[in-house]
Amino acid sequence: MSEQSANTDYESASSNLNETVAEFEDTRKGLIGKLQHVLHVNPALVPLIVLVASIILFGMLVGQRFFSPFAMTLILQQVQIVGIVAAAQSLVILTAGIDLSVGAIMVLSSVVMGQMVFSYGIPVELAILCGLLVGLICGVMNGWLVAYMKLPPFIVTLGMWQIVLASNFLYSANQTIRSQDIEDTAPLLQVFGTKFQVGGATLTLGVIFMLALVFTLSYALKHTAWGRHVYAVGDDPDAAELSGVNVKGTLMSVYILSGLICAFAGWAMVGRIGSISPTVGQLANIESITAVVIGGISLFGGRGSILGALFGALIVGVFTLGLRLMGADAQWTFLLIGLLIIAAVAVDQWIRKVSA
Amino acid sequence: MEAILKGRNLVKRYGKVTALDHCDFDLYPGEILAVIGDNGAGKSTLIKAVSGAVVPDAGDVWLEGKKIQFTSPIQAREHGIETVYQTLAMSPALSIADNMFMGRELRKPGFMGKYLRKLDRAAMEKFARDKLTELGLMTIQNINQAVETLSGGQRQGVAVARAAAFGSKVIILDEPTAALGVKESRKVLELIQDVKSRGIPIILISHNMPHVFEVADRIHVHRLGKRLCVIDPKDHSMSDAVAYMTGAKEPEQTAAA
Ligand SMILES: Nc1ncnc2c1ncn2[C@@H]1O[C@H](COP(=O)(O)OP(=O)(O)OP(=O)(O)O)[C@@H](O)[C@H]1O
Ligand SMILES: [Mg+2]
Repeated sequence: MSEQSANTDYESASSNLNETVAEFEDTRKGLIGKLQHVLHVNPALVPLIVLVASIILFGMLVGQRFFSPFAMTLILQQVQIVGIVAAAQSLVILTAGIDLSVGAIMVLSSVVMGQMVFSYGIPVELAILCGLLVGLICGVMNGWLVAYMKLPPFIVTLGMWQIVLASNFLYSANQTIRSQDIEDTAPLLQVFGTKFQVGGATLTLGVIFMLALVFTLSYALKHTAWGRHVYAVGDDPDAAELSGVNVKGTLMSVYILSGLICAFAGWAMVGRIGSISPTVGQLANIESITAVVIGGISLFGGRGSILGALFGALIVGVFTLGLRLMGADAQWTFLLIGLLIIAAVAVDQWIRKVSA
Repeated sequence: MEAILKGRNLVKRYGKVTALDHCDFDLYPGEILAVIGDNGAGKSTLIKAVSGAVVPDAGDVWLEGKKIQFTSPIQAREHGIETVYQTLAMSPALSIADNMFMGRELRKPGFMGKYLRKLDRAAMEKFARDKLTELGLMTIQNINQAVETLSGGQRQGVAVARAAAFGSKVIILDEPTAALGVKESRKVLELIQDVKSRGIPIILISHNMPHVFEVADRIHVHRLGKRLCVIDPKDHSMSDAVAYMTGAKEPEQTAAA
């Protein structure tokens, strides 16, 4: 066919080309451009820098007291619950979702653990299992509504938050279980409060659990197929589906895991505050989202690292303690955290421009 | 000869739009079948209906004589059908290697892979690099760069490389050269011939008539949601084909295969 040969002629011009991988000198945008690229590849670097900078800053303002093992202990202890919940929140936000019910699930799980022991006389091991199961079931419901009913995560978890919170008050009849009673009857409930001495600092099992959880999830997200799928689903669910990812299964696994982690947070909370009360932890959802955002995880999904969320939680802890040691009004903490949130989102947008 | 992939009476409606209107389809072993048609004729919907990406409202699909009902692209993939979708289906923030192995990742041998489920990054990267080199995609410098940092054509190249590397029974290419440069298009056409020589049949959707007439064994002309006719590129000119698909000319009845 004549049109055909005429059509392929121009292609021969490229026949003796150079078959090696192209290399260019990387002088593009100077130092700023390189920084932008490095941050794009290591999303947890920004919160880490902010964390170190804020520790140094408060160290200079507050003095030697801030570097004491005591202060570090205090920060870690205060951060542990938010840190655990933020791990759950990170998973959900990486899939471009959001979980407003984390705090409520956490509290309900701890209340169930307490009620099982104190109202029904069930052995404490079984009671804890029941509490964990309740968190898991809440996660299944969230996941099913998001993955299979295709409802927006914000709405699903907003509803779940109210439902779980109300069930929690109705079920517990607003009663608090006293710390002393727990210590006498079911000390296993407070196991996360167990203290260790590490070089002058006092760590609790809860703190260790938080760190272990974050590092395990970080490994799973980076080095397993499941982790890659979580990112792919958050990035573009349609593309993920077409390229062979079980999108529904991945979403289910994330919400179920989130519910279960929140139940563990509920258990850890008993260790932290000693008693079981249906009224605590009301701000856990907002605090966990704050940690995640300051930690550089994109609310649009698919970008960020769970280590960042841990750094985010620690940044909040450092600000809170630092300002308190300086004797500042607690409102200053909120004001500065607010600024940090907005700055974090601005930095996120800037880093993302590398790809644009 | 029996068709390797066969569709009969396929119907797909999107609300009031009928994308597939009692459409028939046949792909024979070892052939390159081109599918041509106007924009919106329903070509992409047709291949999605046979690759599990959409579930047809009516009609049946047979693979190697066995009736199949895919409800997800994963099932089609498990049956050896590999597709490059028009939208490419890649996760922008993930790397080239991650994207090529999405849903079929390689794990490290031994304890790390078996119990800790650790991915074998090095093996996946090497494989991805080799496949891209085969396609002549030398302008990609870093196999770990995020797909969103690639040009449109490079992305398309990666998607084609992925399908060619893993397809074992049927490879479907929905406009694989639309964004490619001259040299890269040529490589894709060579790759198509290469895949054919391995005995794997290919469905090629394209608006590029010279490409279609160069590689196709048969041409399926799609019009208004159904197969209008199937023509042999040796007996018809490009202007015939264009006239059929735009409705300017009716095909002779005998041409339908
Ligand atoms: N997801 C969808 N929702 C609604 N309508 C759709 C959807 N996908 C396709 N359609 C409609 O179905 C018809 C056929 O679309 P299809 O994508 O199959 O065409 P095509 O032949 O591939 O066109 P092109 O050459 O432009 O790629 C169009 O009218 C389109 O508007
Ligand atoms: Mg199309």
